[in-house]
Amino acid sequence: MTAPVMEIRDLHLRFPLGRSPGDFLTGRPGRVVNALNGVSLDLIRGETLGVVGESGCGKSTLARCIVRLYKPSDGEIRFDGNDIFAADQRSDRVYNRRVQMMFQDPYSSLNPRMTTGQILTEALRVHEMRPEADIPGRVAELLELVRLPQDAQHKLPHEFSGGQRQRIAIARALAVEPEVLIADELVSALDVSVQAQVVNLLLELQDTLGLTILFVAHDLRLVRHVSNRVAVIYLGRIVEIGDSETLFSAPSHPYSQALLQAAPSLNPDDRGRAVKLEGELPSPLNMPSGCPFHVRCRHATDICKSTRPTLQPFKEQGEVACHNVEEINTHA
Amino acid sequence: MDENTPILQVDGLNTTFYRNGSALAALRDISFSVARGEVLGLVGESGSGKSVTLRSIIGLARRYGDVTGAVRWQGRDLVGMADRALRQIQGREIAMIFQEPMTSLNPLLTVGLQLEETLRAHTDLSRTARRDRATEMLDLVGIPSASQRLKDYPHQFSGGMRQRVMIAIALAANPKLLLADEPTTALDVTIQAQILDLILQLAQDLDMGVLMVTHDLGVVAQTCDNVAVMYAGRIVEQGPVRDVLREPRHPYTVGLMRSVPENLPPRSPLYSIPGVPPGLDALPVGCAFAPRCASCIAPCSQDRPTLSLITEGRQVACFNPIATSQGNAA
Repeated sequence: MTAPVMEIRDLHLRFPLGRSPGDFLTGRPGRVVNALNGVSLDLIRGETLGVVGESGCGKSTLARCIVRLYKPSDGEIRFDGNDIFAADQRSDRVYNRRVQMMFQDPYSSLNPRMTTGQILTEALRVHEMRPEADIPGRVAELLELVRLPQDAQHKLPHEFSGGQRQRIAIARALAVEPEVLIADELVSALDVSVQAQVVNLLLELQDTLGLTILFVAHDLRLVRHVSNRVAVIYLGRIVEIGDSETLFSAPSHPYSQALLQAAPSLNPDDRGRAVKLEGELPSPLNMPSGCPFHVRCRHATDICKSTRPTLQPFKEQGEVACHNVEEINTHA
Repeated sequence: MDENTPILQVDGLNTTFYRNGSALAALRDISFSVARGEVLGLVGESGSGKSVTLRSIIGLARRYGDVTGAVRWQGRDLVGMADRALRQIQGREIAMIFQEPMTSLNPLLTVGLQLEETLRAHTDLSRTARRDRATEMLDLVGIPSASQRLKDYPHQFSGGMRQRVMIAIALAANPKLLLADEPTTALDVTIQAQILDLILQLAQDLDMGVLMVTHDLGVVAQTCDNVAVMYAGRIVEQGPVRDVLREPRHPYTVGLMRSVPENLPPRSPLYSIPGVPPGLDALPVGCAFAPRCASCIAPCSQDRPTLSLITEGRQVACFNPIATSQGNAA
């Protein structure tokens, strides 16, 4: 195992909500959304780490913390050994260049009034990637890299399809020669066949450029396909992390098991076989005590209600946060 | 009524929209039927005409374009029916649920009021009976403490719960057919599984036909009895789910199935159908899929293949369908 390029330690993010008039009258403190509750993980150089979980679990929040769109309430993120939130403008610039994010919605993430050429040029200029004279050449190179025709330079985003826009987003991220790409639901808005083209491109670029990718998505099949390792998040906390194939073929945490079973199989013979997860994600305003999953868990025991389990090594290269992981997985 | 007698019969349905003077062939020659208790899936990529099919059946498309052909609903033809008469069927006999649970409910009215509105329009229940029925419906779709939640507004419900409310409203008048337009696309897989289970359960209990639009082949595999695959406004393949997914015969169905990353070596290149779907204003003369098709032969670019029966219950619109020999399905 090689050294991690990024280390995330015990990351917490709390969004305070305003106090309502009722709160003022009764002297209640304002409420707080606990978006991240102690996420720790390492991003290994050159790997693709998949992040899965239900909406509202904190997947995107984690991605946004990494690119510093949010400042965590607690915990730290170290990139190449340096704390990314330690203020220093010059190193900020460098960090922004080395870690690039790509967003979900190809319609709102590109400036509708800038041509593709201008979008890419801006990135190159801001980060002073090339002398002014070399910029047009580099733009042409980038378009070729993501397989867009050269005349795309002069077109505006609305002239492209969703798949082509995501290629522009990839080109924009790659313009500044980053080491880490954060892909937040990059292909979720696309049709399957277009999705396949964009994913193929991403995997190919990763191999040729040696990129590290954090791949946030809710499509489990896709995450399994692209990831080396996968983290399963539940209510702002990692409940299981490990090698992608191992995790998908034999998930150990009862939540991972339920989540993976819920994905509809392509085989009609699997009908009705899955154990359905009852209920919904509890509100992050009102976190359950102990293990956050115990209210929906079939295997919950007394200790789950009172004590929060921590990530412990289980099976080869995996970590699971569950008190009863041994019993659950010996019976299964 | 006999189990296999269709309640809905669509025959040669064409829908045309107009833009800047040019005609867009949104639907061409759509024919299928839905029996009581049957779940029929419509699959295809964006723009293939799935949603327009639902909207043309229930009379929502004719305000914006020309709808021709026949939609036979229990002996009557919905295409030529006057708006007034159609309104007696919309929502009462045929109900529809839309894709986005976030925008399909009125944010200013309580959920109870919206449920009762449906009941007032479509049943002759008294006021108290309506309230009881509203509670019963929320109960039926699995919303806890139903009688209290009737007083809540849509924003007080989560996405999954809102979709349940939509289903409750759709089913309040005991429809015989449910048109479901991507009912679970906006939801998480865990909630999707719950909602699909619910729709299936209700279809069975109420002996209701369901026409389900989805782009997810997994959803089709897990919920539908029969499936119709659409491409560029036409049905290209149709048959029982098991047969179609096991042995797809149309090259487009094969391509669609191969694009799904399942049973593949990790990180291997995913299959993708070359090219893009044609614009509806510039459809090819022959088969619309021919320019992207690997099995394309001479007649494909000149003539349009018609949807024809190849084996019992299976229909394919292709001059050169994929051979059935070895199981080439996933």
